[in-house]
Amino acid sequence: MAEYDKPLPRPEIPDLTQPFWDAAKRHELVLPRCLRCNQYFWYPREICPDCLQTEWEWAPASGRGRLYSFTVVRQPLLPQFADDVPYAYALVQLDEGPRMVTNIVDCEIPDGLEVDMLVEATYDDVSDDYTLVKFRPA
Amino acid sequence: MSIRGEAAVVGFHELPTQKDYAGRSALGLMAEASHGAIRDAGLRKEDIDGLIAPEGINSITVAEYMRIQPHWTTSVTAHGASGATSVATASAVVAAGMAKYVLCVFGESRPRGSSRLRGENTARSPGPPTRASEWELPYGPVIAANGGYGLIKQRYMYRYGTTQEQFAKCAVDERFNAAANPNAVWYQQPVTMDDVLNSRYTNDPLHLLESVMPCSGAAAVIVTTAERAKALPNPPVYVLGASGPATRHDVIWQEDDVTVTPVVLSAPAALQMAQYSPRDIQFAEFYDCYTILVMMTLEDAGICPKGEIGGFYESTDTTYKGEFPINTDGGQIGAGQPGLAGGFRHVVEGVRQVMGRGDQRQVEKHDLCLVNG
Repeated sequence: MAEYDKPLPRPEIPDLTQPFWDAAKRHELVLPRCLRCNQYFWYPREICPDCLQTEWEWAPASGRGRLYSFTVVRQPLLPQFADDVPYAYALVQLDEGPRMVTNIVDCEIPDGLEVDMLVEATYDDVSDDYTLVKFRPA
Repeated sequence: MSIRGEAAVVGFHELPTQKDYAGRSALGLMAEASHGAIRDAGLRKEDIDGLIAPEGINSITVAEYMRIQPHWTTSVTAHGASGATSVATASAVVAAGMAKYVLCVFGESRPRGSSRLRGENTARSPGPPTRASEWELPYGPVIAANGGYGLIKQRYMYRYGTTQEQFAKCAVDERFNAAANPNAVWYQQPVTMDDVLNSRYTNDPLHLLESVMPCSGAAAVIVTTAERAKALPNPPVYVLGASGPATRHDVIWQEDDVTVTPVVLSAPAALQMAQYSPRDIQFAEFYDCYTILVMMTLEDAGICPKGEIGGFYESTDTTYKGEFPINTDGGQIGAGQPGLAGGFRHVVEGVRQVMGRGDQRQVEKHDLCLVNG
């Protein structure tokens, strides 16, 4: 198998998001959830974007959601993705509320894609350190 | 207190939008456009005491380049809305007496093929980690803003059933207008519905011909008080209302409903200040990096009900000859996007038309224009 040459996640604040990547490695999805207002939010940041409190936790998520929207990539920004076209760059609306950037895999591109279709998390172990959370039709 | 009728645009100048201006810098193009606007307004450089420049270029650098002494200056950081924001801000500044004549200038000099180079550079030296390097880049985003607008269009089409033909009509009308604009990058090059529909997908559901082409160019306008405008040679173009809400997202996946734009906030506020309703608007110059955006923002401004813009385009001639002209210079889709001078072109064309200087593409009714940045 060729070495994975696509960009791995590079966190701006590694300590902040390490629990997310640790969970992904275990093939689990966790999301930040505010301890004051109980809202899940995405992306992880130092404060809850709703109530601006600093107290939040990593809470387990179902890994289920809907395909909010997608675009079929023909011309990637980064040349390492050129061999993968066409592929789906997508927004998934998780059942818990937050919306994530991801790819939809294990389906025909573009014919198998439909806005609002049910999707579930699937885990792509791209390196020893990183597992990408992707989604497939549920 | 409002700025209604307190300020006016009294001069403008626009360099032709081209694929590139080899050997020219953004500052050089901006200085040339500024010189033209100052002369057009019947002023001298020494009269200019306010200066607004684009984000990414410090306005002090622009002042130095042209040896202008500003009494008030800033660079606007509102992305595509910077051009419209600059005129709204300049109006408030002159109305408040903080400057007499404000020069708003935008420009870009861009090497050919720099989008592709940007991708290669990002791959080679990715720079410091960001939100994107953790949550976007590993999933292979699309080049430029195409990705975000592809996602918006997909969701919008799903929600409202708008057809690809209806989007194509928007592009065809804009290219018709551009064909009559010597400053447009697509001057004398109209397209047909089939041309748009058969153009390749940059990323589905976005066709290449529904998208802007990054270009080079520059433009400038002069804003002063309504009182001072009376003594100047051009018919003043009064700023009757302005409002500047922006998106609350920087990346599209942070927006709750991608089918609604901040124009639902800005247009009613600007119209209320102007004391007009959407029905009074005679023509519109609206930001159009992609067909989906100009179409959504026209709805959000109240030009037609939400979700019905597809049918509106189908049944309305929006060319400069038509019953409701939109982007009469070709907009950015037809005339090109010279950086932030792209969003500014909507202001410049609105001013040109209201002054009655639209030449062969002059609209018939040209007293009241709504501009969106």
